[in-house]
Amino acid sequence: MIAEVQTAQFDTLKLDCGATLRGVTVAYESYGELNRERTNAILILHAFTGDAHAGGIDHEGKPGWWANMIGPGKAFDTDRYFVFCANVLGGCRGTTGPSSINPGTGRRYALSFPVITIRDMVRLQKALVDHLRIPRLLAVTGGSMGGMQALEWAVSYPDMVEACLPIAATARHSAQQIAFNETGRQAIVADPDFNNGDYYDGPPPARGLAVARMVGHITYMSDESMREKFGRRLRNRETVSYGFDIDFEVESYLRYRGSQFVGRFDANSYLYITKAMDYFDLTNGAPSLAAALEKTHSRFLVISFTSDWLYPSYQSLEIVNALRGRNHDVTYCELSSSYGHDAFLVDVGEQTGIVSGFLARVAREAGIDSAKVAPS
Amino acid sequence: MRVKEVLGRGDYALISELVPRGARVLDLGCGDGALLAWLKEHKQVAGRGVERQRALVQAAVARGVTVYQGDIEQSLPDYPGAAFDYVILSQTLQEAQRPLAVLEQMLRVGRHAIVAFPNFGHWRVRLAHLTSGRAPRTPLFPHNWYESPNIHFLTVQDFEEFIREQGWKIERRLFLAGDRRIELFPNLLAEIAVYLFRRS
Repeated sequence: MIAEVQTAQFDTLKLDCGATLRGVTVAYESYGELNRERTNAILILHAFTGDAHAGGIDHEGKPGWWANMIGPGKAFDTDRYFVFCANVLGGCRGTTGPSSINPGTGRRYALSFPVITIRDMVRLQKALVDHLRIPRLLAVTGGSMGGMQALEWAVSYPDMVEACLPIAATARHSAQQIAFNETGRQAIVADPDFNNGDYYDGPPPARGLAVARMVGHITYMSDESMREKFGRRLRNRETVSYGFDIDFEVESYLRYRGSQFVGRFDANSYLYITKAMDYFDLTNGAPSLAAALEKTHSRFLVISFTSDWLYPSYQSLEIVNALRGRNHDVTYCELSSSYGHDAFLVDVGEQTGIVSGFLARVAREAGIDSAKVAPS
Repeated sequence: MRVKEVLGRGDYALISELVPRGARVLDLGCGDGALLAWLKEHKQVAGRGVERQRALVQAAVARGVTVYQGDIEQSLPDYPGAAFDYVILSQTLQEAQRPLAVLEQMLRVGRHAIVAFPNFGHWRVRLAHLTSGRAPRTPLFPHNWYESPNIHFLTVQDFEEFIREQGWKIERRLFLAGDRRIELFPNLLAEIAVYLFRRS
């Protein structure tokens, strides 16, 4: 399954901050076929540093970030469903963001890009869904920030979402989550190459961005998974160096992940997207989470993981209990995993069973034709 | 009279007899969701389940049952009042920390409650206790005292009196021994008791 990136253009996009973006591009990929009624579409929403390449393999042979969940016979079964994923607003992987050219000035936006929210991201996805002439989504789903977008979809467009599957997500960031994001942002801003965001003609703030990524990576793993993966093993040496070179495997791993990230991610996107996550609050001025969820009539499958300390189960339960309080159709499962927050990406065995069973039920109850499509 | 077992269980047969078509049902301790799936298919109920054990929850979700992974006693207060027509508690009452609180909550979130429990007054239990002088172990109560999940032991007579004291109204009472319905001397002869009751 070779995945092709496609794009869609929109003249304007109104944002929560009051600004209007002009000439907005969305990059997306899709897998599987729409049925005749166009009712079997599943929108995949990516996490913070993800992109539209969710499934299949691209031209360079790189598998999508959720390729273990998307494909024939997998949780998001492309023999039954039309599955698609778009790079988020503010991103740097094909969709308009701070590294894009501002059509008004002919120069890159950098920090003149307006501050965006999760709801703005969802508003742009809604434009894409309309563009694809999809009247109603069978499901919206994603992990982490993808789960926040899924929740926002169910609240903002209640008539368009048959099922909502937020995984390892939250209805709002805690102080701890904001604190980690702020640490990443400050690492970037403190880099001498940052130049107030105006670094596109020179070297990028690579050291700051790499440090931000290192911090992020720690929060995506668990104490247990780090002990298993690295322990206190030394890197290519028998004894410690009594210096500040790399001694431990874990240091080497984090530095590698940090430097690799610099090549594929824009520091300004890092600032904008983390801020959007921190601003996110599903209640949005409603007196309670339950009140905010009143309008939705989606069926929910909420999943959390035992070792996820970045988006702990109590945050998923907050959503689930608000829904139960309104007697909404909500299924909740806390899966056992030692992989921490990354579990939704890497530990997908049990996740697959419950997602496919849930989707089959939703399709059946909604009378949606999700019969296996015969290969043409 | 023999009952036609549902999913290989006599108590399920009685419960399914009590649940009318199209009802809104909450199954507490729903296990792998087999009963809810059966009720959905044969009685078109709108079903929800609560189950504590992770593996059972996963099995239930995989077969398309709406289930909440959590503790019965802690999760009940979150549901709004009168959200269900029938709330089922099958073979779990004797394991609840606070049975009265559970039953009160059941009648708050549901219009009717269905409770099935093993009868500790069955003659075999009495005989085992009398003859062995030890905590009775029978096919119905097979566990050693130190590993039994049962923390409350009750008989048909206990339950009847208890419901009367609460001022609730028993609508149906059904008794089983094996796959046979028991009509006479249920406190002595019934292995499983199933009650349908509501607030009066």
